Amino acid sequence: MARPQPPFAMLAELTHVCPLACPYCSNPVELTKRTDELDTDTWARVFREAAELGVLQLHLSGGEPAARRDLVELVTAAREAGLYTNLITSGVGLTDQKLAALDAAGLDHVQLSLQGITAALADRIGGYKGGFERKMHVAERIAEIGFPLTLNAVMHRHNLDDLPATIALAQRLGARRIEVACVQFHGWAEANRGQLQPTADQVRAAKATVDAERDRLKGTLVIDFVAPDWFSDYPKACMGGWGTTGLNITPAGDVLPCHAAETIPSLSFANVGQLSLSDIWYDDAAFNAFRGTEWMPPLCQSCDRRDIDFGGCRCQAMAIVGDAAATDPVCRKSPDRAKVDALLDVAPSDAAFVYRARV
Amino acid sequence: MNEAAVPFLPRGVRLHFDKVRETHFLLGPERALILDDISQIILSQVDGKRSVGAICADLAETYTAPVNQITGDTLALLNDLADKRLLEHG
Repeated sequence: MARPQPPFAMLAELTHVCPLACPYCSNPVELTKRTDELDTDTWARVFREAAELGVLQLHLSGGEPAARRDLVELVTAAREAGLYTNLITSGVGLTDQKLAALDAAGLDHVQLSLQGITAALADRIGGYKGGFERKMHVAERIAEIGFPLTLNAVMHRHNLDDLPATIALAQRLGARRIEVACVQFHGWAEANRGQLQPTADQVRAAKATVDAERDRLKGTLVIDFVAPDWFSDYPKACMGGWGTTGLNITPAGDVLPCHAAETIPSLSFANVGQLSLSDIWYDDAAFNAFRGTEWMPPLCQSCDRRDIDFGGCRCQAMAIVGDAAATDPVCRKSPDRAKVDALLDVAPSDAAFVYRARV
Repeated sequence: MNEAAVPFLPRGVRLHFDKVRETHFLLGPERALILDDISQIILSQVDGKRSVGAICADLAETYTAPVNQITGDTLALLNDLADKRLLEHG
């Protein structure tokens, strides 16, 4: 196998603590305790190692990164390391004072999550009363300071029909970008499939809205759309290819090829306390497990889409087929596509959400 | 955008020389664009003070190249970046 290229992006899950409890949270089902989190100096060292390795973009995420009392110090350390710093936040816990300090520390960009366009829906999804009102206040302060803003709208059955109004809200808040991210049904979301799964008609309408709005708002608002891949004919090129583009650090310092990689039981992960990021990126068995094409089943190896989607998502193959090295079952050519179609057939449910656990 | 426009990189967008890859990048929200030599030279002239026309006249003189060609290349690059919200102009 050729030596991998250095990574461009790193997702630092600073903490799993979060005031919200969204039923589709992408954090693992096993959450990390606060006492097991990396300390400030260790994160600062990891940021320096990342920059030396070739990482350009650092995404500071959680949980809620504002729940870390040292968030401003961490941003300072990341900027000193030369990284482009992106804060991924619900806005809850970002006081005016903290926003001003982040401005002074050189934070480059804010990505604000959106659970819905009304307080009633947003607070029900987040499981946190007053969260929407707080978020709108934070968005105003972000605009006043001048941080570039991306709105990250997580979409599902209850809010996909609000997409035009969601895009209008992004404009009203002065966002340069909106990410329209449809819920992927892994982890916490898996327990809420009946409650959250959109219909095929909703997905079709959303795609048409995105196409039309991209044209209309060219040069005003950039729209990125993460379609729910179960409705697609071919899998997504997950992570741009395993171990090719990015890496993920858990709150306790485990280094993962993607944020859901811990769902693959055959893999174990190195920790930043034991090895340098460079040793892990180039030599760790978990990163090498699905690099290149040798690991692929013959169906993927011989496919003309081999270098387009790289066999799709390993965690989805694990979850649905029970084999992390299988073709992503979303693919029309997969012998297991019927399993995805069966999952799409879920009856809409009005049962209460299964909320993410508190740390 | 035309030759009279005064382009600038908005907050959150910056030029970056990556020592690991020995390559110039334009970094912005969720974007890291690799810059070829020509793009890097053009963007290094963008200062929020000079117009596209003034920048292109300078470049034509420095590189003894036809100003029409430089202006065409420059406007194509800047308009593309403006569409991506990675560049603004007054």
